[in-house]
Amino acid sequence: MGEKLLEVFDLRTRIGRGPRAVRPVDGVSFHIRRGETFALLGESGCGKSMTALSLLRLLPPAGRIAGGRVELDGENLLALTERGMRSVRGNRIAMIFQEPMTSLNPVMTIGSQIGEVLELHKGLRGDALREKTVELLDAVGIPDAARRHGEYPHQLSGGMKQRVMIAIALAGEPDLLIADEPTTALDVTIQAQVLDLLRDLQKRYGMAVLLITHDLGVVAQMADRVAVMYAGQIVEQAPARRFFDTPQHPYSRRLFQALPDSSKRDRPLTVIPGSVPPLDRDFTGCRFAERCDRAWLHCRTQAPGWFDTGADAGVLCHLFDPGLVPETAPEATQEAGAASPEAPAESGSQPLLVVDGLQVHFPIQRGLFKRTVGHVKAVDGVSLDIPTRRTVALVGESGCGKTTVGKGILQLIRPTGGSVRFDGDELTRLRGERLRKRRADFQIIFQDPFSSMNPRMQVGDIIEEGMVAQRIGGDRAQRRARVEALLQQVGLRPEHAGRYPHEFSGGQRQRICIARTLAVNPKLIVCDEPTSALDVSVQAQILNLLKDLQASLGLAYLFITHDISVVAYLADRVAVMYLGRIVEEGSVDEVLEDARHPYTQALLSAVPDIEPDSGRAIIRLQGDMPSPANPPAGCHFHPRCPKARDECRRAYPPETALSPTHKARCFLLP
Amino acid sequence: MRRLLPALLVVAGWALLALLVGRLPLEPDRIDLERILLSPLAAGGLGFDDLGRPVLDRVLTGARTSFLVAFGVVALSAVPGVLAGSLAGYLGGRLDAGMVLVMDVFLAFPGILLAIALAGLLGPGIDNLVLALATVGWVGYARLARAQVLSLRQREHVVAARALGSRAPRILLRHLLPLMSAPLVVEATFGIAGVVIAEAGLSFLGLGVQPPEASWGSMIRDGVRYLLVAPHLVLAPGAALFAVVLAVNLLGDALRDRLDVRSGARERRTAA
Repeated sequence: MGEKLLEVFDLRTRIGRGPRAVRPVDGVSFHIRRGETFALLGESGCGKSMTALSLLRLLPPAGRIAGGRVELDGENLLALTERGMRSVRGNRIAMIFQEPMTSLNPVMTIGSQIGEVLELHKGLRGDALREKTVELLDAVGIPDAARRHGEYPHQLSGGMKQRVMIAIALAGEPDLLIADEPTTALDVTIQAQVLDLLRDLQKRYGMAVLLITHDLGVVAQMADRVAVMYAGQIVEQAPARRFFDTPQHPYSRRLFQALPDSSKRDRPLTVIPGSVPPLDRDFTGCRFAERCDRAWLHCRTQAPGWFDTGADAGVLCHLFDPGLVPETAPEATQEAGAASPEAPAESGSQPLLVVDGLQVHFPIQRGLFKRTVGHVKAVDGVSLDIPTRRTVALVGESGCGKTTVGKGILQLIRPTGGSVRFDGDELTRLRGERLRKRRADFQIIFQDPFSSMNPRMQVGDIIEEGMVAQRIGGDRAQRRARVEALLQQVGLRPEHAGRYPHEFSGGQRQRICIARTLAVNPKLIVCDEPTSALDVSVQAQILNLLKDLQASLGLAYLFITHDISVVAYLADRVAVMYLGRIVEEGSVDEVLEDARHPYTQALLSAVPDIEPDSGRAIIRLQGDMPSPANPPAGCHFHPRCPKARDECRRAYPPETALSPTHKARCFLLP
Repeated sequence: MRRLLPALLVVAGWALLALLVGRLPLEPDRIDLERILLSPLAAGGLGFDDLGRPVLDRVLTGARTSFLVAFGVVALSAVPGVLAGSLAGYLGGRLDAGMVLVMDVFLAFPGILLAIALAGLLGPGIDNLVLALATVGWVGYARLARAQVLSLRQREHVVAARALGSRAPRILLRHLLPLMSAPLVVEATFGIAGVVIAEAGLSFLGLGVQPPEASWGSMIRDGVRYLLVAPHLVLAPGAALFAVVLAVNLLGDALRDRLDVRSGARERRTAA
């Protein structure tokens, strides 16, 4: 093991002043050795980003460091002047951020943004500067670096921008790279590329990496050591292998149990009840006690100490205090929940929704007279059946048109071709009042629980809205009674009806959105990434709720997502989309266990697995998804396909039936 | 808040005066040739004008004219403007294209010139003045409302309301108008200040209120001739105008900051 590069002792950060000051970092200690990857894992609001910003002393204006020490090679960074600190930032410690779209300056070429760092910290000028910039762009895998040097950020895709951000971070040849959720905004196939690149560069340059993430899969792939943060404190620290084999802290264990996957299909997911406590007060006991299944009285009255459990490993929990004999609570009672009753077999029943050849083309208009010069073929011939009481998952990367399919089915965007038959009615031909009445049958839940509710309306009014619009639910008193019943049905309290959306957490808001759709008694709900804005523990709550509602109300779901593990847990059938078309469709087992289309195979292999070194061959896709305005000729996937042949460039492959329920579009299939 | 107290007092006093000026024992039109052009120092009050009328009384009654014109114009331009703009933005298509064309045509004219031409065409008088200024003024509100609706209608709660089967008027009233009220209210407060000045300008040209009625603008126009011998004729209404416009602008600024705080708070929360 190398020498210690960075040591953090009892770091404390405050935001705001006075007794209500928020303490996002409250006594955090850790160290990072040269050349290793140290992962800081935690849910949103646990203080992991604030920890990173504190190291660089880049806190927001109201924030200040209230105590502790940060030593880089033995030098206390907190004691440096602002001027001294500037020579550390970007030079000895560099940082890359989550959002590559906003981290780059849109009016500067990428070359000059990288050059800025080189000029500042390395004193390069002129040709030497240009040469080094191109070399860096090359190092982060940007093809044709000499030409790309003069391009602007908007000319690059998200993955390319993140590569440029990494190049900027590398320019100062830092000893430590802080990566704050570096791949969260990227698609899985792009994420796999960027993680590969980071690992590769780390080896080549011998950097240490502080990886901040909420994704257990990313940690498993990248980290040497892991620290779990909860409510401003590190609650567990361990070498990665050990952490994934035997997580110690009750919170860490719960995180693993809350991850959805196919093996948990027939039972509800373990949830962590409640949410992270607000950090603006003193804690008397353990911060996790309220949500912990193994807490006993002692946990609520006395803050736990740090107990070493091995080399480089330790836990902040009373359970590991040798001086205490815990009255062990029986572990994980919630897990033993009964399997949800299976819906009756679908055989013979008519599908609820039949989509045939759905097309949504958006015209591209140019010039003074808005001439149509082309079409963005967001959805180009999608066919799909959804049976009653079943969940069909539509999987694909961003930009593949999956959300447009959902909106096209619901007639929120009018399809330009194809047919959508719902319960025998052709929706594409319904207009005006008849369509408006019919809308009660099919509803939508959105990804972002913040923007999907009107901030000026009370929760009760939000839920009541559909009943008012459809003129159902009787008079006002009856409607209010139904609102209260719905709130209880989704796990909230009736008195919540009088509050406003901003008073609720993300998971609670998503529950309100679900209640809003249930108010009109729908038969089909299009769930557009309903859990991707939520933390793992909250995601489990919402998935359980959706599953319960399906069993009790007989709902059908079209579940639009990019998250394969959610698909494995929830879906009955899976359709994989690429660039406006479905490339493979089948039952969940067929598609996930026996994927036949090269894109599906690559997509599945790119998902980071929480088993480190599982020995899976990972298929790396080159490049990005092409623009749907100008799709490649022949099979849309051939430019990225590792198995592309000549005929793939000439024609779009026909559908091949692999089994009565499994079909794919690829020339390679018999 | 304390910083705004003077501004609040000025605006409140202005409104109160406009309501109560009819009941005050004022004699704005009493001509007394013996007091012609007497200065405040010589005669007390704010002095007397070229016909011997008391300047103080005329400034006070002028407040009502300015107030009526300001609020009349803002109401007459904001209501149809917001209606037209939000309908165009929400419904889109040909209606929107046509509305944008109309707005562009109106904007192509210099606003105050168009108002002068209209006021000249309609003939002088307060009601015609209000009409002329509103004809020019609605475009600003329409453009603002349209832009707001265009961005707000993409929001998911609006899409959700459509998915639930809500009708267009309900969506406009419940989901769009409340959310765009903040910038519109701010625009209106700045509009008030602009209209008070425009009224003074038109009255100065003789297109506004007719003698003997007093407005601040017409008082300044009449006073200019005696600027060197009796500067108080211009200074008194000018100061009133200045105070009111400054106060309304300050309030508009404060209102804008107040309404913006929410978006700032939201950004902080999502960043955390």
